[in-house]
Amino acid sequence: MQSEVKFAGFGGQGILLSAKILAHAALEEGHEVVWIPSYGPEMRGGTAYCTVVIGDRPIGSPIIKNPQHLIAMNRPSLEKFAPTVRPGGIILINANLIPIGSGRDDVTDLAVPVNDLAAAAGNLRAANLVALGAFVARSGIVDFETLRRCVQEEFAAKPQTLPVNLAALEKGRQAAQG
Amino acid sequence: MGKILMKGNEAIGEAAIRAGCLNYFAYPITPQSEVAEYLAKRMPEVGGVFLQGESEVAVGYMLFGAAGAGERVFTTSSSPGISLMSEAISYIAAAQLPVVFVNIIRGGPGLGGILPSQGDYFQATKGGGHGDYRLLVLAPASVQETAEMVMMAFPLAEKYRNPVMILGDGLIGQMMEPVEFPDHLRTAPSDKNAWASNGMATRGSRQRNLVKSLFLDPEALNNQNLLLKSKYDRMRREEVRYETYNLDGDYRVLIVSYGTMSRVCRTAVDNLKAAGVEVGLLRPQTLFPFPLEAVREAAGRPACQAVISIEMSMGQMVEDVERAVCGIRPVHWYGKCGGDVPTPEEVMDVVRGLMAGGR
Amino acid sequence: MGKTFSKPRSLTDQPTHYCPGCTHGVIHRLVAETIDELDIMERTVGIAPVGCAVLAYNYFNCDFQEAAHGRAPAMATGIKRVRPDLVVFTYQGDGDLASIGMGEIVHAANRGEKFTVIFVNNAVYGMTGGQMAPTTMPGQRTTTSPRGRNVEEVGMPIKVAELLAALETPAYITRQTVIDPKGIRKAKKAIRKAFEYQLAGRCFSLVEVVSTCPTNWGMTPVEAVAWARETLLPYYQLGEFKVPE
Ligand SMILES: Cc1ncc(C[n+]2csc(CCOP(=O)(O)OP(=O)(O)O)c2C)c(N)n1
Ligand code: SF4
Ligand SMILES: [Mg+2]
Repeated sequence: MQSEVKFAGFGGQGILLSAKILAHAALEEGHEVVWIPSYGPEMRGGTAYCTVVIGDRPIGSPIIKNPQHLIAMNRPSLEKFAPTVRPGGIILINANLIPIGSGRDDVTDLAVPVNDLAAAAGNLRAANLVALGAFVARSGIVDFETLRRCVQEEFAAKPQTLPVNLAALEKGRQAAQG
Repeated sequence: MGKILMKGNEAIGEAAIRAGCLNYFAYPITPQSEVAEYLAKRMPEVGGVFLQGESEVAVGYMLFGAAGAGERVFTTSSSPGISLMSEAISYIAAAQLPVVFVNIIRGGPGLGGILPSQGDYFQATKGGGHGDYRLLVLAPASVQETAEMVMMAFPLAEKYRNPVMILGDGLIGQMMEPVEFPDHLRTAPSDKNAWASNGMATRGSRQRNLVKSLFLDPEALNNQNLLLKSKYDRMRREEVRYETYNLDGDYRVLIVSYGTMSRVCRTAVDNLKAAGVEVGLLRPQTLFPFPLEAVREAAGRPACQAVISIEMSMGQMVEDVERAVCGIRPVHWYGKCGGDVPTPEEVMDVVRGLMAGGR
Repeated sequence: MGKTFSKPRSLTDQPTHYCPGCTHGVIHRLVAETIDELDIMERTVGIAPVGCAVLAYNYFNCDFQEAAHGRAPAMATGIKRVRPDLVVFTYQGDGDLASIGMGEIVHAANRGEKFTVIFVNNAVYGMTGGQMAPTTMPGQRTTTSPRGRNVEEVGMPIKVAELLAALETPAYITRQTVIDPKGIRKAKKAIRKAFEYQLAGRCFSLVEVVSTCPTNWGMTPVEAVAWARETLLPYYQLGEFKVPE
């Protein structure tokens, strides 16, 4: 079994970081994992994306055209990548910036106002963690407790930011289950 | 120490330190500047040397000097930077100095692009600089293997007193995978007193050591080249490394592919197998010495009808594959080198096309 | 000055890829205005560096060649020697000109090659993500000087204008800035002078422009201007270091 999660959004929305935290959680649970960033000139201001591949066997191709799931943080990302998601996948949509759905009936749309929830948690910049929390809660791709531990580890060096980040993760979880 | 998630570029820096190499000279270039950025922090922590040179030309000779003085030293760069170092590489090979080079290849020729490519195969395996020299070339396909190859590159460079090159591509450098470093750190550097210009007092000798490459006498130069050749022949006997995948069954097509590209091919082989099509994969881990015999043997299996070299370049490794196969099977090539790595689906289509005799 | 808002003919319509607050765009404009005013667009050849301005040829409306990193002065030499009637300029960053290309620039200047150099000093390697440049200030943090530039290890920043002015041959060497309107007006004059000297058959001219890179300095555009004024300008003093008699 192998599943791939594509994270996409503006540069600066914390795409690479939330993808890394998911990859870390998968590693903690004993899976094989690869984190593949887009790199290059598009990093400046444009669309950034990153794919995390999680599997039970050594991962072959790091080139993923059709991911299982998508986390779309802005509208161009949804428009570009929604058609590539494999049937049965989850598409997390940042409802604050994206007024539309994926337009597909063979995937699950999960629209979450991640910006609002991040602001409510205390920092708009934690929107990536709201999205991650919601996605993991809905997909069960890793255990939520593992994810929480990985967030704690990631921000261990900046303990003052931890409460907000954990609150953001939790808001995401509630939104996905509510 | 357990597995940790690391970018290929960072793993390269850490692996070198673990291998006991505490000297690093480099010049920034995408897609491998993270190695320099990592070591700018790490080297001072371990009491090592980090210096950003003014150019890759200068870096090449900083490496020459440091290795000539008997210290472990390495650099990392990407294609245009390796071109600038190629002069020094020729001098380093001529002076028989152990230096480790890492080339995280980007698209070329010229300024090209910054995305992954394997366009420097010829440069690494057949020359780049002038004269009759060879590099021992290692081609990793994962972050873990990259780290392992960096760690083995230093003893290999010292065993042969010859530069070793690790040939990766932009994806190997940029992606994160779990890596595990061995607990036993550092391989002891070999004894360099016999040749290093490390100061007579250092080695308690009254005999001086010269590090040089000028041989004006034709016979002396020929002998020097014969000596170098004997080392390269020994590499051909002792250092060939490769990995096989699905070579037990009755495969009809043999794919030869290395680095990132080989992982894409591995997925294609799995998918084809699931669809009832048997395809074999041979992945050279050393590009020089190239696994000639292994490729020949795998190509010669009765069921095998065709061999294809799949590479992120316009047909470079395929020349070595042809050399290996020696005409006993048709040899094909497929590749792309703009930075768009071929997908497993593309590879599957190409293989199916071959089996239909379409190519 | 209603003219300020009309686009020079020597610039294309393409929006630039530069970050907000980056001064490359302003400098492009000053060069383009000069080319317009001197009416030389049709016989000008520019050389793009390897750096953030590598795509300068997308914005300038004249012939261009794209150099290898640091080699622009050698390419300009080649052009100007075989076609002295052309107007030739290089556009180079501080990594490009003062690090990897130091050999080329010194020798082109010393031979008195009859072309113009626009030298953009932003104290960092912009394009590759903020590594230390030869012009990086003491203590300035970059990705390859994470504890700040240590002058014990890598020396003091290179003052390119002064260095080249120490040569006997070059005709015109000046340092300007574009961090404020007054600076921009003066920089424009200097750039125009440099091209005029070239047209008059005077030898080598270079305009160093103290610039900003908010992105890699980790600052807002406003902070970057303030930092350039407080930190760069006291060290990189403005003025003309060499003028033809
Ligand atoms: C031979 C070679 N080495 C390194 C590079 C990578 N590289 C591209 S641009 C650059 C530095 C750019 O800095 P600068 O000249 O200061 O221009 P800026 O981007 O700051 O305007 C480097 C090191 C390259 N393209 N070629
Ligand atoms: S990185 Fe710096 S020099 Fe490059 S475009 Fe952005 S602000 Fe300008
Ligand atoms: Mg610069």
